[in-house]
Amino acid sequence: MRSSLGRYALWIGLAVLFAALPHIFTSGTSLTKMSLMGIMIVFALSYNMLLGQTGMLSFGHAVYYGLAGFMVVHFINRASGGAWPVWLPFVPLIGGLTGLTFGIIFGWVSTKRAGTAFAMISLGLGELVAACSLILRGFFGGEEGITTNRTRLLRLFGYNFGPQIQVYYLIAAWCLICIAAMYAITRTPLGRMSNAVRENPERAQFVGYSTQMVRFLSFCLSGFFAGIAGALAAINFEIMNFLSVGAIQSGTVLLMTYIGGVGHFFGPILGAVLITWLQSSLSDLTGAWMLYFGLLFIFVIMFSPGGIAGWIMLHEPLARAGLLMRLLPAYLLIAVPVLIALAGIVGLIEFGHHYLVKGATDGTVVRVLGVALDTAGPLPWLISVGLLAAGLVLGRRLWPVVTDAWNAASAELKRRISA
Amino acid sequence: MSAVALSLKDIHKSFGNTPIIRGVSLDVPVGERHAIIGPNGAGKSTLFHLISGRFPVSAGRILLRGEDITGLPPYQINRRGLSRSFQVTNIFPRLSVFENLRCGVLWSLGYRYSFWRFVEGLRDARERTEEVMVQIGMTARRAIPAGVLTYAEQRALEIGITIAGGADVIMLDEPTAGMSRSETENAVELIRKVSQGRTLIMVEHDMSVVFGLADTISVLVYGQIIATGAPAAIRQNREVREAYLGQAEEH
Ligand SMILES: Nc1ncnc2c1ncn2[C@@H]1O[C@H](COP(=O)(O)OP(=O)(O)OP(=O)(O)O)[C@@H](O)[C@H]1O
Ligand SMILES: [Mg+2]
Repeated sequence: MRSSLGRYALWIGLAVLFAALPHIFTSGTSLTKMSLMGIMIVFALSYNMLLGQTGMLSFGHAVYYGLAGFMVVHFINRASGGAWPVWLPFVPLIGGLTGLTFGIIFGWVSTKRAGTAFAMISLGLGELVAACSLILRGFFGGEEGITTNRTRLLRLFGYNFGPQIQVYYLIAAWCLICIAAMYAITRTPLGRMSNAVRENPERAQFVGYSTQMVRFLSFCLSGFFAGIAGALAAINFEIMNFLSVGAIQSGTVLLMTYIGGVGHFFGPILGAVLITWLQSSLSDLTGAWMLYFGLLFIFVIMFSPGGIAGWIMLHEPLARAGLLMRLLPAYLLIAVPVLIALAGIVGLIEFGHHYLVKGATDGTVVRVLGVALDTAGPLPWLISVGLLAAGLVLGRRLWPVVTDAWNAASAELKRRISA
Repeated sequence: MSAVALSLKDIHKSFGNTPIIRGVSLDVPVGERHAIIGPNGAGKSTLFHLISGRFPVSAGRILLRGEDITGLPPYQINRRGLSRSFQVTNIFPRLSVFENLRCGVLWSLGYRYSFWRFVEGLRDARERTEEVMVQIGMTARRAIPAGVLTYAEQRALEIGITIAGGADVIMLDEPTAGMSRSETENAVELIRKVSQGRTLIMVEHDMSVVFGLADTISVLVYGQIIATGAPAAIRQNREVREAYLGQAEEH
């Protein structure tokens, strides 16, 4: 009883959080960002059903997201003005069914293979659909895309879903349902056998499971949830264009999922929130935001292959034993050189971007903290390289402090366990 | 005359132009413990791979309880009640011991690919998994990822996964290879226990294990069975001694 209560507490807590967020972050832009985060959480989790749960690397997951989005736009346009008796909150199901349908069709083809062959087929299918999206103008609307008006369906309890706050709650509700459903699926026979297929596809065959069938079913379910995400996007933006089925969208969901961490269920949630936030915040601040994105990805691959979630869960045993605070001083200490090096990297990127992109038109001078620096001269570069070098050297010197603290805490943990 | 569990009819297998299995015929009666011995590279593991569907045969037929299983994929052969272990440990390294065993249980209890019921809620699956875990003596290690177990434990788990589904034909490929004396003794006890009331086919190099466990022994040399018989008869067989046993004693 207690444990099941605890389980519900988590979901109730999440629901309360989703309900409370618009009252904490009240501005219009935060509402937009949070809506997008909700969509991306569903999308990234659906992607992780493949990558993290079943060990399938797809380069074309946006196909199911985008096609569902387009379908929903057409659906709303048809149903508008009371033509069909539907309410907007149920429309994401149309997206889910679209994603499921294409998941069945394309999954049938691609899940016959695993590993690299599967990845290549997914890339091919992605390109195919992206090409179609520019050719079939009737359905995809060419370069401009297709617009819709979400307020023109039947009202539900007087809501027409015009204001963003109403759309936020619609997305939040679906997001919560999808998180719960996808989490539940990980705990079913299919979910567990997906893990087995990820771990050792050969052995799975010798305990009675067709690996192809496991991959196929995971793929279909993943398509269903990607479709819901696409539908939410269509409702949120009221426009879909060819980019939503394309390689960049597929790449984005891969990055989100990987950076968040494929090894833990909540990893993609973190990734979706962080990357969405970075995308919208950084793109306001700098034109070179894609570069930061790429650097972050490389950094995670090199230093924390388990993503953010993997790094967090590394600390779980220590946290349980109440030993986490012992790491805090070392982490604060190492943060200093990290920030210095980061400042150097930011300098290099921003000065470079300014010189190369804006230099020709706006002049090469840039103002940093009120000081004018000429990116055509050596000074800004020397400062940046100096900061980066200083950060790296200092970081190397201080790193043993971190490892010592880690080892001490781990040793203490071992001592307590054996005691 | 008892029923035949597994019947091989003139099996051939070539890799490229190299014939590896060169006409193997064998009948294993239900309930027999049958050992296959032979020098390294004789084709014992290859024969296992052919029977279990890992490789297609080049020629010949394989019957399981009279039903033709030639050319079926491994999962279908497994569903028909033939389960095998591997010479090189083949487990799910990042899943826990418990989960490894449960993977071996789920299909046989009819849970197939269901994604509408929680696996924790499946009482029979849990009980069967617990039962196997007790049998292989690994209850204390239940939550440990299989990849970090000791070698002998991994071998025991390998056997556990193989028997978990309750298949009535069990095939074990060198279950005691690389084990110490005492570990081998434990493994023999385990195999004796789990093969009770089933048909067991086993590849084994350790002669004390073979002569201790087997009702019947077949000797495979260079892709052909040169003798099949009771342990005492095989021990006396001159051809066998020359081809295999004598050679083993020289080591
Ligand atoms: N996939 C393969 N492709 C080509 N040749 C193979 C393949 N698998 C096995 N062989 C060859 O077939 C022969 C028999 O191998 P197999 O593994 O069946 O022998 P074995 O009797 O099990 O030997 P051991 O006692 O060493 O396990 C060997 O010469 C091996 O090199
Ligand atoms: Mg072998």
